[in-house]
Amino acid sequence: MEWGLRGPAVARRRALRLKLAAIVGFLALWSIVSGAVAALKLFNPIFLPGPWVVLGALVTLAAKGQLWGHVVATLERVAVGFSTGAVLAIGFGLPVGYFRALRNVVEPVVELLRPIPPLAMLPLFIVWVGIGEGSKVGFITYATFFPMFLTTVHAVRHLDPLLVRAAQSLGARPAQLFFRVILPAALPEILTGIRLGVALSFFVIVISEFIGAERGLGYLINDGRNFFLVPQMLGAAVLLGLLGYTGNAIARAAERRFLRWQSPS
Amino acid sequence: MKIQIAGVGKTFGSGAPALGGIDLEIAEREFVCLLGPSGCGKSTLLNIVAGFLAPTTGRVLVDGSPVTAPGADRGVVFQEYVLFPWLSVAGNVEFGLKLKGLSRAERERTVARYLDLVGLGAHAAKFPTQLSGGMKQRVAIARALANSPSIILMDEPFGALDAQTREVLQDELSRIQRLEHKTIVFVTHSIREAVYLADRVVVMTSAPGRIKQIFEVKLGEVRDRFAPEFTEIESAITRTVKEEVAKVHE
Amino acid sequence: MIVRGLAFALILAVWAAVSYGNRAVEFTNPAIVPTPGEVGAVTVAALRDGTLVRNLVTSLVRVLEGFAIAAVAALALGGLAALSAPIRFMLEPVIEFVRPIPPLAFLPMFLVWFGLGETSKVAFIAYTTFFPMFVGVAASVLRVDVMLLRAAATLGATHADLLRRVVLPAALPGIIVALRLGFGLALFVIVGAEFMGADAGLGNLIMEGRTFFNPPQIVMGALVLGLLGSIVNALLLRLERRVLPS
Ligand SMILES: Nc1ncnc2c1ncn2[C@@H]1O[C@H](COP(=O)(O)OP(=O)(O)OP(=O)(O)O)[C@@H](O)[C@H]1O
Ligand SMILES: [Mg+2]
Repeated sequence: MEWGLRGPAVARRRALRLKLAAIVGFLALWSIVSGAVAALKLFNPIFLPGPWVVLGALVTLAAKGQLWGHVVATLERVAVGFSTGAVLAIGFGLPVGYFRALRNVVEPVVELLRPIPPLAMLPLFIVWVGIGEGSKVGFITYATFFPMFLTTVHAVRHLDPLLVRAAQSLGARPAQLFFRVILPAALPEILTGIRLGVALSFFVIVISEFIGAERGLGYLINDGRNFFLVPQMLGAAVLLGLLGYTGNAIARAAERRFLRWQSPS
Repeated sequence: MKIQIAGVGKTFGSGAPALGGIDLEIAEREFVCLLGPSGCGKSTLLNIVAGFLAPTTGRVLVDGSPVTAPGADRGVVFQEYVLFPWLSVAGNVEFGLKLKGLSRAERERTVARYLDLVGLGAHAAKFPTQLSGGMKQRVAIARALANSPSIILMDEPFGALDAQTREVLQDELSRIQRLEHKTIVFVTHSIREAVYLADRVVVMTSAPGRIKQIFEVKLGEVRDRFAPEFTEIESAITRTVKEEVAKVHE
Repeated sequence: MIVRGLAFALILAVWAAVSYGNRAVEFTNPAIVPTPGEVGAVTVAALRDGTLVRNLVTSLVRVLEGFAIAAVAALALGGLAALSAPIRFMLEPVIEFVRPIPPLAFLPMFLVWFGLGETSKVAFIAYTTFFPMFVGVAASVLRVDVMLLRAAATLGATHADLLRRVVLPAALPGIIVALRLGFGLALFVIVGAEFMGADAGLGNLIMEGRTFFNPPQIVMGALVLGLLGSIVNALLLRLERRVLPS
């Protein structure tokens, strides 16, 4: 038995059952509370619909053929905004991390700009490019750029210098050094940054969809607020969670695929 | 002369000199061991020959031309192994061959040959995280050899290994050297290791490092660690080294 | 320090060149690219009539209250979850279920539930910052090296000793980092919360800048938030070094 804080290892099956039980318990508790609110008239039950009501709202929206359009709208904005941000962050981050002269100029500038919460710049984006797709996509790019850029710079900068030496004494020229050593060595951290960027995209898309959008899950939530459709609000939020979860799972799968060497079986 | 080290000294920043002024000539196919107290500049000297560091004074010539940068003519084996963790065992050995643009068939042949030479033929597909320390160092040696450098620089390559594995790898290195005939500069703290492997043992003084004395090891190609001649040289060198180590603690 | 000053000067120079240049050649409408001078003027005016300070304090109080509630909850539950496997197995899936939902998606819920007053903002900050802090606290406690526990146990440490003298000091650096990140997140989302349903606070000030088409006010709000963020971060880092002599 492993002696430590984690306690004895739990068999996989049992762990899975415990987890399922916890989720079912959570949903049950939610149902009971919302049922109790309705039965005992604690407050207007419209404020706390049970899980099945939330699911019902989603099914209704889907049946009316509206749900899909909102999901696609959000996904499209995230996909375009995030990938632009990732390409820019990695494209600039690699050279800035590697060339000290470049880093000495860029890093202090970025450090000064970074503490400004991206959300504070959203209204400026709207003033600049209007309330349409441009500001939403551009804003995601802006918000995700900094963390991904900084992780890329950090990854290249804290590379084990012995790896570079080993490659050089095997005859690597600068371009070979870059593609065969620096890039693969920095990849784990770059991918961590990408995962961060995916999460951040879903984080910020919501609020730009609150402010002047006609489609998207954020719009559904805000629309629900205006018309007191609480089940629709919760349903859209849960859907966003699912999308975020899937995005994270995809990023993790990419990590496992590209970083198999970290824990080969 | 294969390697000519002429008046090489090194001072880091504005501190005291780390390396005094080394004059040493190393012949083709010679196996030279560097011994000396910790901090006397052995790694510094090796790094200068490898081209990782520039000397403050003097210069290093390899085949008559000055060393300015690391290159494939001088293979390096590090104490910390330094395998590329994202490449398999075979991928690591193949690394330098790929850089040279050799054909796939040629690469595979060379990789197989050197993996067999270090006894890792069965582990070609494994990743570095799956290897023991001794196996990792075998991969590093195979990687250096496969690139066919004429010189191999080794900085305490067996320093992190247990005593048994260490002797096994010494045997292997000695056997490989009989086949490959490289020019080897080998840093170690083990006098037995030096006597077992070297044609010449260079003992350095405490910092700033200079050459204190050079011992010729006139033993056969295959050596017996328990032979009286072996022990004789070993104790002679031990006395010299001890004098220097004592100075460090004064 | 010198580097910072140079970087600051560089940013200012680029900004001035772009904004005044735009004014000169009218690349786009000069009104939407505020110049440093305009932002300075708006800031001075806002300092004079006290609106800046008032909104700053409002935001800060919301952040502090929400953060404090979340920190207490995260420390208690995170510690418990790390030390007790059954509790961890119950809490973890629920948290993993809720956590991927972007917190801002719940913002309108909070406004519906708690109204437009202070409570909704404070509760929202608490909700948002709880999850990362919980995860950070639990992970730091779980990461405590088993060898340290074994070593202490062989020296005669009781269960309570282990908690107080090994687990706590070993987990403290990670816990402090988690709290610092939580605070950063609070400053991040308060802006969004104040965009939506608020009549005061820095986020509201920024939104006003958009509503009344006053871009310099937006930039002022963003800069003040950035300044606030870096001051708070520097203070917390200093505190961290104080508490954790390395
Ligand atoms: N990059 C560096 N910057 C500053 N000083 C250095 C640097 N590298 C080595 N030194 C100094 O130079 C001296 C020689 O170091 P070196 O590593 O060459 O010693 P060594 O003989 O290899 O020691 P050991 O046997 O412990 O490996 C030491 O005093 C060390 O502190
Ligand atoms: Mg050394």
